[in-house]
Amino acid sequence: MDTAESSSNLKKIQVQRFKPDDNPDNHYLNEETGLWSWLTTVDHKKIGIMYLASITFFFFVGGLMALLVRTELWTPAKTFIEANTYNQLFTLHGAVMIFLFLVPSVPAALGNFILPLQLGAKDVAFPRLNLLSYYLYLAGSFIAIYAIFSGGIDTGWTFYTPYSSSTGGAVTTMTFGVFVIGFSSILTGVNFITTIHKMRAPGLSWDKLPLFCWGLYATSVIQILATPVLAITLALVAMERILGIGIFDPALGGDPVLYQHFFWFYSHPAVYIMIVPGFGVVSEIISTFSKKHIFGYWAIALSSLAIAFIGFLVWGHHMFVSGQATLASMVFSFLTFLVGIPTGIKMFNWTATLYKGSIKLASPLLYIFGFFFLFLVGGLTGIVLGSIALDVHLHDTYYVVAHFHFVMVGGMVMAFLAGLHYWWPKITGKMYNETMAKIACGIIFVGFNVTFLPQFVMGSQGMPRRYFNYIEQFQSFHQVSTIGSYILGLGFLMVFYYLVKSIYRGEQATSNPWGSRALEWQISTLPPLHNFHHTPVIVNGPYDYHKPMEEFQLGLAESGNGHGHDADLEVTKEGEDLSAE
Amino acid sequence: MANHSSSASESSRFMQHHFVDADQQFDAAKMGMWIFLVTEILFFGGLFAAYVIYRAWYPELFTLASEELNTLWGGVNTVVLIGSSLTVAMAIKSAQLNQKKNIAINLAITLALAAVFMVIKYFEWTHKFHIGIFPGEFYSFEGIDHPKANIFFSLYYLMTGLHGIHVVIGMGLMAWLLWRSLKGHFDSEYYTPVEITGLYWHLVDIIWIFLFPLFYLID
Amino acid sequence: MDALNDFFLPPAKSTLASQTDTLFWFVHLSSLALTIGLIAVIVYFVYKYRRKSEDEVTPLITHNNKLEVTWSVIPLILVLIVFAWGYEVFMNQRVVPDDAYEVNVTAQKWIWQFKYENGAQTTGKLHVPAGRPVKLIMSSNDVIHSFFVPDYRIKQDVVPGRYTEMWFNAPEPGESIIYCTEYCGTAHSDMLANIIVHEQEDFENWLAENAGGASKPDDLPPAEWGKQIAQEYACNTCHSTDGSQMVGPTWQGTFGSEQTFADGSTVTVDENYIRESILEPNAKVVEGYPAVMNTYQGQLNDEQINAIIEYIKTLK
Repeated sequence: MDTAESSSNLKKIQVQRFKPDDNPDNHYLNEETGLWSWLTTVDHKKIGIMYLASITFFFFVGGLMALLVRTELWTPAKTFIEANTYNQLFTLHGAVMIFLFLVPSVPAALGNFILPLQLGAKDVAFPRLNLLSYYLYLAGSFIAIYAIFSGGIDTGWTFYTPYSSSTGGAVTTMTFGVFVIGFSSILTGVNFITTIHKMRAPGLSWDKLPLFCWGLYATSVIQILATPVLAITLALVAMERILGIGIFDPALGGDPVLYQHFFWFYSHPAVYIMIVPGFGVVSEIISTFSKKHIFGYWAIALSSLAIAFIGFLVWGHHMFVSGQATLASMVFSFLTFLVGIPTGIKMFNWTATLYKGSIKLASPLLYIFGFFFLFLVGGLTGIVLGSIALDVHLHDTYYVVAHFHFVMVGGMVMAFLAGLHYWWPKITGKMYNETMAKIACGIIFVGFNVTFLPQFVMGSQGMPRRYFNYIEQFQSFHQVSTIGSYILGLGFLMVFYYLVKSIYRGEQATSNPWGSRALEWQISTLPPLHNFHHTPVIVNGPYDYHKPMEEFQLGLAESGNGHGHDADLEVTKEGEDLSAE
Repeated sequence: MANHSSSASESSRFMQHHFVDADQQFDAAKMGMWIFLVTEILFFGGLFAAYVIYRAWYPELFTLASEELNTLWGGVNTVVLIGSSLTVAMAIKSAQLNQKKNIAINLAITLALAAVFMVIKYFEWTHKFHIGIFPGEFYSFEGIDHPKANIFFSLYYLMTGLHGIHVVIGMGLMAWLLWRSLKGHFDSEYYTPVEITGLYWHLVDIIWIFLFPLFYLID
Repeated sequence: MDALNDFFLPPAKSTLASQTDTLFWFVHLSSLALTIGLIAVIVYFVYKYRRKSEDEVTPLITHNNKLEVTWSVIPLILVLIVFAWGYEVFMNQRVVPDDAYEVNVTAQKWIWQFKYENGAQTTGKLHVPAGRPVKLIMSSNDVIHSFFVPDYRIKQDVVPGRYTEMWFNAPEPGESIIYCTEYCGTAHSDMLANIIVHEQEDFENWLAENAGGASKPDDLPPAEWGKQIAQEYACNTCHSTDGSQMVGPTWQGTFGSEQTFADGSTVTVDENYIRESILEPNAKVVEGYPAVMNTYQGQLNDEQINAIIEYIKTLK
């Protein structure tokens, strides 16, 4: 594989230019067809699409529950459902959205599709494990749905003991479902970390790794470290219900607050599982649509890792009023503020990237700007809640509800939609209706703010969360919020409509419609079954917009070999402008 | 350790399409297993944390209740497991030396030792059930003078039970490896499954080495 | 500013509430400034550097250490101020003054009960003296609840199996609402109570009148007293008196009627059945209703139970 002499630390290899094909005859969707080929596929792209379909389904299930909850809150007393039904609905809304939608959304759906393409790999490191992850996710989802129909659960998604160990319903089944989904999440994490370490194309050194990969890397670290603790905690809740082991039961000598420590040790980092991959999406899109090198590459990459690690040390800020020691509250509050800093750094870096760029306000970028505003509000209200004295007042009120919806929906869902719009041409080979995309983005943005801004005010006024009845003083806020939720729902339906429509009627997408320098755009659209006909060689970083496109389309002259991590490559160009044949 | 030269790529029929060469496949598999073991440690970590907390709260309970556990059989089981870790290591060594028959023999011994461990565990548990030591609210033994005695045994059953499940899974893997080694799948060029299952088995062993003193050897 | 304050925050009725409010506004206003500033910069960039042709080449700007250190350190200093400030106010909330008046609080699904030093007991209404620190020693009989008084800006979880405490000082007489803010089941949102702040003298009088706890006031017929007790113990959170559907069976017309239980057996509602249902609620659970009621063993004496039975008899 080495053509010229190879010295100790400088390898000379012969490369040629591979121009992507805009509309190839053979691609990953038509090389194998039929239902069976989908169900047994080990292709990361198809698995990504299956995840995408599943999470979309659960997003609408969870969204429907949210609309029912909001509708019930139209009047201060019963509007149309019973208190018990209401309690089950908000529990399931939370559980479905978090475990079935948010956690797998960007990593498992978009990540699966894009990660190997960005690394120049043919697949993830363990393709069969990847398929197993998907089926575990599916199995866990079915168990969760079965739990809904076999008695329901009304504990809130947090499963706090001793309520969860004493209430009726299918709590045991539900915890088992989440347990199984947890393993899916762990295996995806194992797979991605190994893939990023071992499957990079020649020349793709750590300083050239796209920031989306860095985001997924940090996410995977959290997944493998935090999820097992959740799994064991939920197993303990199940044991508590089945055997009455008494670990969390004060009557048997246990401690219910211990449960909260265990639970938040996972569930706070889980918040970062949901948001950090979103950060990766933002970096990719900001750079592409301003045609500019990302500002502060290392600051963004390392701040993701910093968030992942500090995120493990802040769980106690969910427990300022739980009765934990004052000193513990102080330490947790302090660390909470520290974790805010790397997040702030990212915001500034993204803004600085726009400076002197060539900014095209296409729909993915528009979604990103929606993300900016909503996530900023979500993050800053997080600072408010991190302050112990303020948290004492605001804890478990609608202020907290609004805060995490700004982060999770305003931040993560916006980033997810941005990523979906950005990679949609690569995934489906079709362009969606740009005008409709922009209108939908506007509707979602307005609907979101109408829904959740009033909740900040309600919460500050003292309206507690998870309330079926409320005092009349809050009715007008609740009604505005409910109207907002309908607008928001309409916006999401619209996205669904034009994206699905584009598959059937959309314009053919070119291989690189955005003019991006990233590796996934340097292959044909649709991508071939095994991603690369040639072995790509990486000489430039993914954000080197000051260099011409040709330098990003290099591959080994003799294809079929040469993965590795040779950081120092000297490239000899031969056979310029050869096509991918 | 293993010499996976680049010539390996043409020889192995277990080489997967998306890897460049056997080295990459071997490294990836090994790394994946190491990462998985990290999650396993955290999985048990939750229970160890619970153990530490309750031991700090009820130190005298742990001393008292520990006397109900049979140190002799616990010790035998420790030796059995350490022995099985050794035979797994020998199976890997045999693979590296291309002694195909020895791979199978060592795997078979490992499987047998694991079975011995489970049988002893079975007798320990059934003996306790017999005298009324059940986990949680079903606890009905009166030989321990402490109101929270059930907590100790809840932890005991959970932790040794979870460990037992890992041993059973390990036995399944060993049986599968044994079957494959009998079909001659492993040699010095390709023994990745043996290597990574060995890693898993060492972890199961190490966890027991922690469980044994924490439950059996308190005084 | 006052109007804004009233829009966002409930009235500040404790001595410490204004400390929380000042911090609240400091963080929010500085956040608002930051948000407006950052959004303005983004909007300006998007306009100024909009793409004019597809061939534009952008300059290579990879990083700028000075700038990055600046925008890391300034927010760091800001959040450290917020941290220290928040912690200081929190410590004021935690450290109970020595002369505090103590009240025991018991939470259970879905009522708040208060016990005073001289044996007086109330349910659903916490009576306290004005201008004196009051310390609450709280515990739960079943699941975790949380005691929240928005007007005082204080909140504390109430946990089974341990005591938690909190304190406040309300300088003016008046009323404030108490919420339960830790989800505790079906009627979580009905688990409300009131704090009634009396002038010091009035409080002494009230306390003296209610000393010794529950015994029947002389001039009250048993059914009337039963009605009072039922209100005090919030029975109507779950049992309607007008036949409407709630968490538990209605009391209207229940006496003398036939009830069917979850196990299929039936019984005619009489004094013994009602008594058993109060003391051992899960012995017989009416078909179609969840087994969520707590025992009132030790909380209601025989005389009170009899009064409730008399009251139920009047609900035809």
